[in-house]
Amino acid sequence: MIAFLVRRFGQALVVMFVISLISFSIQDNLGDPLREMVGQSVSEAERQALRDEMGLNDPFLVQYWRFLKKAVRGDLGDSYFFKKPALDVILEKFPATMELVIGATLIILFLSIPIGVYCAINPRSWFTKLMMGMSIVGISIPVFLTAIMLIYLFSIGLGWLPSFGRGETTMIGFWETGFLTRDGLLHLILPSIALSSIMLPLFIRLIRSEMMEVLEQDYIRFAWAKGLSRTRIWFLHALKNTLLPVITVGGVQIGTMIAYTILTETVFQWPGMGFLFLEAVNRVDTPLIIAYLIVVGVIFVITNTLVDLIYGLVNPTVRLAGGQA
Amino acid sequence: MKKILTLAAFVILGLSITMTAGAKTLRLAYDADPVTLDPHEQLSGGMLQFSHMVFDPLVRWDKKMGFEPRLAESWKRLDPHTVRFNLRKGVKFHSGNALSADDVLWTFDRLKQSPDFKGLFAPFKEMKKVDDHTIDLVTNDPYPLVLHMATYIFPMDSKFYSGNDEKGNPKAMLKKHGDTYASTHASGTGPYIVTERQQGVRVDFDRFGGYWDKKSPGNVDKIVLTPIKESPTRVAALLSGDVDFIAPVPPADLPRISKDPNVNLVSMGGTRIITFQLNQERRSEFKDPRVRQAIVYAINNEGIVKKIMKGFATAAAQQSPVGYAGHVEALKPRYDLNKAKQLMKEAGYEKGFSVTMMAPNNRYVNDAKIAEAVASMLSRINIKVDLKTMPKAQYWPKFDERAADIMMIGWHSDTEDSANFTEFLTMCPNTETGYGQYNSGNYCNKEIDALILASQGETDEARRAAMLQQVEQMLHDQAAFVPLHWQNLAWAARKGINIEPVVNVMNFPYLGDLVMD
Repeated sequence: MIAFLVRRFGQALVVMFVISLISFSIQDNLGDPLREMVGQSVSEAERQALRDEMGLNDPFLVQYWRFLKKAVRGDLGDSYFFKKPALDVILEKFPATMELVIGATLIILFLSIPIGVYCAINPRSWFTKLMMGMSIVGISIPVFLTAIMLIYLFSIGLGWLPSFGRGETTMIGFWETGFLTRDGLLHLILPSIALSSIMLPLFIRLIRSEMMEVLEQDYIRFAWAKGLSRTRIWFLHALKNTLLPVITVGGVQIGTMIAYTILTETVFQWPGMGFLFLEAVNRVDTPLIIAYLIVVGVIFVITNTLVDLIYGLVNPTVRLAGGQA
Repeated sequence: MKKILTLAAFVILGLSITMTAGAKTLRLAYDADPVTLDPHEQLSGGMLQFSHMVFDPLVRWDKKMGFEPRLAESWKRLDPHTVRFNLRKGVKFHSGNALSADDVLWTFDRLKQSPDFKGLFAPFKEMKKVDDHTIDLVTNDPYPLVLHMATYIFPMDSKFYSGNDEKGNPKAMLKKHGDTYASTHASGTGPYIVTERQQGVRVDFDRFGGYWDKKSPGNVDKIVLTPIKESPTRVAALLSGDVDFIAPVPPADLPRISKDPNVNLVSMGGTRIITFQLNQERRSEFKDPRVRQAIVYAINNEGIVKKIMKGFATAAAQQSPVGYAGHVEALKPRYDLNKAKQLMKEAGYEKGFSVTMMAPNNRYVNDAKIAEAVASMLSRINIKVDLKTMPKAQYWPKFDERAADIMMIGWHSDTEDSANFTEFLTMCPNTETGYGQYNSGNYCNKEIDALILASQGETDEARRAAMLQQVEQMLHDQAAFVPLHWQNLAWAARKGINIEPVVNVMNFPYLGDLVMD
């Protein structure tokens, strides 16, 4: 177990190093950060002087070495736009993104499992056909379109829900939360639905097909023959084995969901990491871009590690690599 | 039952009236929030909008492109080199300090050190204090744009910004990419004080109780500025009532907004010209004025305005918009395909040629679509265009490299004056003087350069206007560049917010004077 964690930690370091190297080497193609910082009539000589001052004219390896030296001390550089350490800026926005992901995950959990199971048990019912049809449509519509349609329907048309932002928030230590106020929760609804709209159909379909497969297996037939109650067979014996692959896929998809927050947050002006990243790209705020990529890389490694651990707990036949046999 | 309902209705009505009779809050959504609180850090539209909220200039533009006294009560030209300003008395900064000539001098010196402003203030030799409420602005040579430049002098509270901050840095420090005191603290004389700021999320302003302008009709007590980057979301926020006032309004949503009975739309012709430049150094074909004229004749810019800009722009045949000294009324868009073909034939390019073109896709309104339309229009005179569009972040380095034969550039004159267009876009490129810095076409005409240089020292308005108009006429006749249109400006607010009197062609709404019901 400890050896497993140590190995994972090593992997995380390698991932961070590779990401930093890649993002550092593409930064010249991102554009010129100076352009976003100075007015149109500033002379080229003046801009060159500023570039020199900021060290942007140094050779690649000099810049990268300077970055690495600071990075090992946990300093990923200062954002040009926010004028604060890039890592601090990202961590400040982290709660907003996390709450959005939690909101979407809850929607997915509470809808996909019941619907998926229902569709597997009653493959011929009209509801199943409807759900299968809708899931195809859901997967095909891009997130930003779903988001805009939600805004037009619920904010402008019906006037039920706010159209943008996080609303009222409360600070709990360093964590700025919108979960504790009515206003904050209302603001969370539309973005969460929009964010879940891609994953929800996927999970319904995944759970349905896994469940149908499990229901065909011998031990389930044996359970039927044994005369166990329907609910016990479906929700205890079958569901448990159905969820195993779902956990694996789900863990990976949480990472993907963080990627989709970029679109959702932009449409809803949600002050999270995804929106921050897109803005940073527009402003060529290179230190912030690099820091974001590294942080997301770390989140991927952490979620994958957690998934492996949980998987080991749920399914005792799985042995973690490096663990005692 | 009915009685109870009516009673309840009255109670609710009464409550809502008392609520609105209390503090009046304006919820404002722009596409971005101010990048800093330091008015000298960056010269941009957003920062000027901010400066007009928290600071006051010496003079400001009025609706007719004239000057309105603000912190300078009156002014007088003493001689060709000197303009004397009399400062308003009894003006207080947010900190409680009184405004004096020393603050203005301090601000002027700081402007001359700012990378973004020092170019604009280069013609000025010094600012002299005559007494506590009188200053003289002295220029190196006779200079006609002294008042234009005085709109950029937003006096800062010199006492507030003196001394050192917690980190031991001077509070006055001006740095583009550093965490300075001035970038997070502000004390001006303006109508609003920044009370809270979460960069990129929201800025809260309170009306300054000691604001000097008691005659201002403005009655907004609080402003909450939220940046909403995506245009559809910004429009949705207004239509759903989540915000009261938005700008800019995307052209695609104009019909919907003007149809909504609860929303007021105000639009006017803008001053930013969108052009294409034809690079003569890369392509010898463009050295022939007939080819350049053919291209101008081949492009239906009125059609672009109608179809792509949805009427939300003014087709142009010159750089200077209406109201600028150099504007020539007689110059009209010249779309004429037959004439274009004939000119190509005369120039010996009847069979045409291939060129490369580059344009940004997120800098100007519909920029990429405009470029596509122009490319297809040019194919009708057999010029095959290989078009590349890219985000502005990548576009500007390409523009500096002059990486394509035809490049798009939009320009807004920082001085709100005609000469500025020519100085940057069409004068002979010269790295020493900085003229022609954005002239990717390398068009060069010594006569035009001479006229512009002469206009810089001409303080007689009529004579100066004649020179600038001559320049526009020559640029037009020579087809020095391809004029497309001036982008319009638009603001939208819910009914009851009287934005019409406070918005202007410079696009900095004077929110201090805003009246809301």
